[in-house]
Amino acid sequence: MSYEDWFREDRLPHIYCVGCGNGTVINCTLSAVDQIGWKREDTVFVSGIGCSSRAPGYILTDSLHTTHGRALAFATGVRMANKDLHVVVFTGDGDLAAIGGNHFIHACRRNIDITVVCMNNQIYGMTGGQGSPTTPSGAISTTTPYGSSEPPFDLCELAMAAGANYVSRWTSYHVKELTRAVLAGLETPGLSFIEALVQCPTNYGRRNKFRQVMDQVEYMRTHAMLLQKAHRLEEQGEPVPADTILVGEFARRNRPALGVRP
Amino acid sequence: MTRIEFMQGNTACAEGALAAGCRFFGGYPITPSTEVAEHMAIKLPKLGGVFIQMEDEIASMASIIGASWTGARAMTATSGPGFSLMMENIGFAVMTETPCVVVNIQRGGPSTGQPTMSGQGDMMQCRFGSHGDYSVIALCPASVQEMFELTVKAFNLADRYRVPVFLMGDEIVGHMRERIEIPDQVERWERRPLAPGELPFKAGPGLVPGFPQFGKGFGVHVTGLTHDERGYPCATSPSVHEELVMRLVAKVETARDEIADYEVVNPDAGQVFVTYGSPARTVQQVIHDRKESDVGHLRLKVVWPFPESALKKFRNARRFLVPEQNMGQIAREIERHTDCEVVPIPKLGGALHTPEELESYLEAGR
Repeated sequence: MSYEDWFREDRLPHIYCVGCGNGTVINCTLSAVDQIGWKREDTVFVSGIGCSSRAPGYILTDSLHTTHGRALAFATGVRMANKDLHVVVFTGDGDLAAIGGNHFIHACRRNIDITVVCMNNQIYGMTGGQGSPTTPSGAISTTTPYGSSEPPFDLCELAMAAGANYVSRWTSYHVKELTRAVLAGLETPGLSFIEALVQCPTNYGRRNKFRQVMDQVEYMRTHAMLLQKAHRLEEQGEPVPADTILVGEFARRNRPALGVRP
Repeated sequence: MTRIEFMQGNTACAEGALAAGCRFFGGYPITPSTEVAEHMAIKLPKLGGVFIQMEDEIASMASIIGASWTGARAMTATSGPGFSLMMENIGFAVMTETPCVVVNIQRGGPSTGQPTMSGQGDMMQCRFGSHGDYSVIALCPASVQEMFELTVKAFNLADRYRVPVFLMGDEIVGHMRERIEIPDQVERWERRPLAPGELPFKAGPGLVPGFPQFGKGFGVHVTGLTHDERGYPCATSPSVHEELVMRLVAKVETARDEIADYEVVNPDAGQVFVTYGSPARTVQQVIHDRKESDVGHLRLKVVWPFPESALKKFRNARRFLVPEQNMGQIAREIERHTDCEVVPIPKLGGALHTPEELESYLEAGR
């Protein structure tokens, strides 16, 4: 089987904008699901609302496109009621961290055996470019026209503190690393959280000096720094630039998990 | 062998759910419904089922919908403020035709109101609380025995019509303790599985499509967006939306007489009480105490869809008297279906109507 066998081709063309990073994350996720050898009939994709959350509609498995922010609560029901099913949640920064913030921390606390892939474009893409809980300080959105004045969430730190067993962050530039991270997440019992920073040329890029799609991808490439390197710099007393995007594996541990097959 | 016990209403509700085959409960504690969850927490794990205390009522409602799609009979229980929080996901269950049971042991509202006192103020929220047009089924038990029986019925109706079904109890019936007979086995109507080659959201003449359970290889896409018969989003087509929503409403509304469940006492009476839930108990006392059988009683076990034909069982009726623990929510519904005088008898604060109060209304209408 190839990961392409997971696509629901009769739904094409998809609704994503030209240059959107979400397709990359879907490809990476399906590659990982394909590599681990899961069967289509045993795998369920769940999502909330937003650009990211349209992803399950393009996948040939059973899929549940739910209400805004609540994907993890729905997924908890699916996972707990049938432990033979594999459950992957697609979500976005607004869906997961704003309206869904409480479900997120509690799903991590329960450490329920679900893989959560967050397409973080740092903005409300589908609703037209409003600020989200991960919009960087100073960034322009339709609801932060003078620059965001609120500090953003670090979703990986949040997932770690709340108790997730596997946590990592990459970007849509890091295709191989992202695929490996999702695979590691699928293999790890308990809640796996994989954050993928993605470019949003339509609603983030054009307001924030990334006129071309590749400008934002290039920014992610040049500002990404491996966690290990950042730790080394800190140990050496050297500064880590404030605009650094820390990437890599934040946590891989074996806390007791919920919903794991006996 | 029928088991005879002395039991609290909320416990009887949980026992009814277990007898009906409920194997998933997602809930959040709220007075006066909590004993339902507590009993499920004790019993479900022993039966191989799942009890999970979610982080709030929104998540509880979401979790039972997720569980239902794996084929489980799933339930949650709450009271007014929690019920309000569930409304968005209740609409989702309607739109996605997800069978599930929501127990609302009503208390006094609005807002936090009277957590430990009885009310029936959520009858309209249950019918119209979520956004958009839809139709649901609501059952109202008036005894501990009915807390059991109507919970079983709620699961059967949910599976048969693929709608969320509400058990709209009240604090009095939830917390009262009574003799109850628990049968060995209960009747079960299962969901009809999706047939091979059938589209997941295409309904035949019965208006209820087959159920494509997750994990069975159907590869179904379930969305709260307006969707076509394949389940694919189709949110900008006026005709697809109209056809879908009209069918969702029609599948319940056209089954009104089939779903209807009520008790008729003294059908020749001129003055007729119409009740659901605990106020029925006072009316039963009033009728019991009278020498003549000149007072009628229509006791509704199903309130939604409203069984309007039941009113016609009282051919000589000139007045319908409607004692409710609210300011007349169902009295207004009755007005829509009859030319007779309809007299709301509201009672707020949590106490039951007294027989004397109801007698005074009968005297006034003599």
